[in-house]
Amino acid sequence: MGLTAKSTGKSLLTLEPDLKALQETALVVALAGNPNTGKSTVFNSLTGLKQHTGNWPGKTVGLSVGKYIFQDHEFSLIDLPGTYSLFSDSVEEEIARDFICFNKPDVTVIVVDGSCLERNLHLVLQILEITTQVVICVNLLDEAKSKGIDINLSKLAKILGIKVVGTVARNGMGLEALKKAILLTATKKREPPVISTFSLLYDSNLEQMISEGIKLFAANDLNDHYKRWLALRFLDSDYTLANKLKQLQLANGNTNEILIYEQFCSKGFSGDIRENIVHTLYKTAETIAKSVTTHKAKPNLRINLDKIITSKALGIPIMLLFLGLVFWLTIIGANYPSQFLSNCFSALEDYLLFIFKALNSPAWLTGLLILGVYRTLAWVVSVMLPPMAIFFPLFTLLEDWGFLPRIAFNLDNFFRKAGAHGKQSLSMCMGFGCNAAGAVACRIIDSPRERLIAILTNNFVPCNGRFPTLLTLITLFVSGSGVRGSLSGSLVMVALVVSAIIITLATSKLLSMTLLRGLPSSFALELPPFRKPQIGRILMRSLLDRTLFLLSRAVVVAAPAGLIIWLLANFGLADKTFLEILTNFLAPLGRIIGLDGVILAGFILGLPANEIVLPIIFMAYTSSGSLIELESLTATKTLLINNNWTLLTALCTIIFSLNHFPCATTLLTIKKETQSWYWSVLAFVIPTVIGLITCSLVAFCYRLFFA
Amino acid sequence: METYYALNQFPLNSWGQIVYIKESAKMRRRLWDLGFTNGAAIKALYVSPSGNPKAYLIRGSVIALRNEDAGAIIISPKEKGSTSWD
Repeated sequence: MGLTAKSTGKSLLTLEPDLKALQETALVVALAGNPNTGKSTVFNSLTGLKQHTGNWPGKTVGLSVGKYIFQDHEFSLIDLPGTYSLFSDSVEEEIARDFICFNKPDVTVIVVDGSCLERNLHLVLQILEITTQVVICVNLLDEAKSKGIDINLSKLAKILGIKVVGTVARNGMGLEALKKAILLTATKKREPPVISTFSLLYDSNLEQMISEGIKLFAANDLNDHYKRWLALRFLDSDYTLANKLKQLQLANGNTNEILIYEQFCSKGFSGDIRENIVHTLYKTAETIAKSVTTHKAKPNLRINLDKIITSKALGIPIMLLFLGLVFWLTIIGANYPSQFLSNCFSALEDYLLFIFKALNSPAWLTGLLILGVYRTLAWVVSVMLPPMAIFFPLFTLLEDWGFLPRIAFNLDNFFRKAGAHGKQSLSMCMGFGCNAAGAVACRIIDSPRERLIAILTNNFVPCNGRFPTLLTLITLFVSGSGVRGSLSGSLVMVALVVSAIIITLATSKLLSMTLLRGLPSSFALELPPFRKPQIGRILMRSLLDRTLFLLSRAVVVAAPAGLIIWLLANFGLADKTFLEILTNFLAPLGRIIGLDGVILAGFILGLPANEIVLPIIFMAYTSSGSLIELESLTATKTLLINNNWTLLTALCTIIFSLNHFPCATTLLTIKKETQSWYWSVLAFVIPTVIGLITCSLVAFCYRLFFA
Repeated sequence: METYYALNQFPLNSWGQIVYIKESAKMRRRLWDLGFTNGAAIKALYVSPSGNPKAYLIRGSVIALRNEDAGAIIISPKEKGSTSWD
C-alpha cells in the first residue's frame, strides 16, 4: 500500500541523491515492479543498511538509493516507485519511466509477484519495449506455491530472452543468483548473448502505423528498439514524454526528436490507441503466463479471512478492536519507559547542575542552558520517545501483515461521502501517532485534491503528544480516579476520538465543497494477500525511519523553544516577567473561549511540541521559571483549582487541544509536502478557527446555564 | 441468451467476462492498467460493510472499486476458462 518507511519516514529530511554522479562510479541498477510485490524487501536484502532515502528531485515521491558490492563490482541500486504501468498517468509512473528511459540504468530489475504473474507481466512487457537490459526477479515464490502455482522460470527466460531469477526475498532465497544475473546483464556477458528474440506485435493496423512512424526517425542515431518505442509513444500522443524530450534536447541544442513528434502530430498519426495497446499487452501477458505456469486449485484461506474482516457484522468492530489495542498498548506501555527516562534525565540534570556550579557558571547561564534548554529537551524526549517507539512498530506490523488496505476498504464509504479518499483513513490513523508522520503518509493518496484534503485535516486527530494532556484533564475533571473512574475515563476518551474523526470528516466535506472542489477522483485499491510480518525489519525500519527521525526533528525545535520559554519566564519589564505580560495580554481572549491567559500562552509557546503545553501552564501558575512536573494528580488538581479551573476550563482546554494549530514539526512537514505557503497557512488557520469558535460557543452556553 | 450486468451489480462469487468499459468512465485508463480489459475474466469477491466499495478478483489480484466506478464496467456471466491464477 506504499505506507512504507520510504513514504513516511526519514525521507522528509534529506538530500536528493545525485543520480548523475552515482552513474559514473558504479553500475546502476533500477528496481521496478508493481506495488505489493516485495520490491522493498528485495531492495533491503540486497543493500542491507547501506541505503539512503530522500525524495525524487522536485517531487514528493520517496526515493531510496542503496549500494552493494558483488564480485568486485560496485552496484548502485535505485528503488523506483511501485507502479502498475509506465504510461505516465501519475507522477510515480512518470518518474519510473523517465528514469528507465533517460538515465539509462545498466540493468533494470523487475520484481514480479509469482502468485500474480499475468498482471505483473503487463509492466514487464512495457519495460521491455524501452530496454532489454532487464532481469526479472520472480518473487514471492513461496506464496505462489501455497496457492498451487508453479512457474517454469527457464521457459519464461527463453520466451522473453532475458535472465529470470526466482526468489523468496524475505528469507534470502535466490538473492545470490539475482546478483549474478544482474552482474552478467550489466556487463553484457549474459547467455544467450544476443538481445531478446521476443517481440511484441500489435494488430496489423497499428504495426503499419508504427513502421511508417519509424521511418521519420531515419536520420536519427538511435537503436531500432528504442525508435520503435518512441514511435509507439508518439502515436499514443504521449505529450509528457514529448515535453521531457524537449527539455532535455533544448539543453543539448538538439531538437530532432521534438520535430519528429510534431511531424507525428501533423500527419494525423496520433490518436487514441491506448486501448489497443493495453489490450495487446495484456493478451500477450495472458498467453505467456499461461504457457509458463501450471496451476492446481487449492483452498484459499485468504479469501475466507477477508470475508470476515470485511463482513457487515464484524468488519468495523474487528477494525476498532485492532486500532483500540494499538492505542491502548501505546498509552499503557509508554508509561514505564517514560518514567524511567524522566528519572534518568533528572539524575543527569542534578549532575550537570553540580558541574556548572563547580565551574562557577553564572546563574543566568546555568538557568538558560540547564533549566531552559536541557529540561525542555529532556521533557520532550522522555514524553515523546516511548509512545512513538511503541506506536510506529505496531502500526508497521499491521501494515506489513496487510491489514491497512482492509481498513481503507471498510471505511472508504465514509470518506467517499466526505469527498475524500478511503486511504485517508490510514493517514488519519497514522496521525494518532504523530501528525507530522500523518501528513507524510498522505502520499499514499495519489490524487492531488484528495491528498490535500487529507493533509489539511490530519491535525484533527490527537497525536501521542496530546493524548497525555487529554488523559490527565479527563481524569482530573471529568471521570475521577479508581476503577469506575478509569472506565468512564476510557469512555470519554473514546467519545473524544470519535468526535475528532467526525470533525475530520466534516472538515473534509467542507473543503471538498469549497476550496478543494472537484470531482472525486478514481479509487482503485489493491488488497494484497495477508503476509507474515517481518518483525526484525519492522523494528529496524520503524525505529530508524520514523521514531528517531521524528524525535530528531522534535529535538531541533524543542531546544530553541526551551531557551525562549526560559527567557520569557525569567526576564521582564518592571516587576513583571515577559511571560506574565504575555499571559495578561492574552487573558481577555482566553476568558472568551473558556480558558485563561496562561492556558492560551501555554498553547502558543507549546507550538514546537504539544507535549510541553501542560508543563508551561504549570510553570506559569507556580511562577517557577522553568518547566515543572507535578508530583501527583492531586497536587496537579489543587494547583489548577487554585488557579480558578472549573469543569468549563478543563472542557475548553480539551477542545482547544483537539482543535488548534498543528505543532511546528507538522507545519514544516506540511510546507514540504504541499510545497505551498498557501496550504500551510490554511493548515494553521482552519483548526485554530474551528477551535476558537467551538470553545467560545461552549463557554457561552456553559455560562448561560451554569453561572 | 446473454444477460449483461454492471460490475457493481454482478452477483458475488460468480465468474464473468468484461464486455465493455464505458467511455465515460473517468478512470478508464487506470482500469486498463490494472488489467480490466475487454475479455478479461473477473469475479466479484466481497463487499465492504457499507456495500460500497466492493472487491473483485482480476488477473490474480484483488482490486477494490467504488460502485460508481465499477458501474461503468459491463460484464457477461461466463465460466472461468483456464488461467494462470485463481
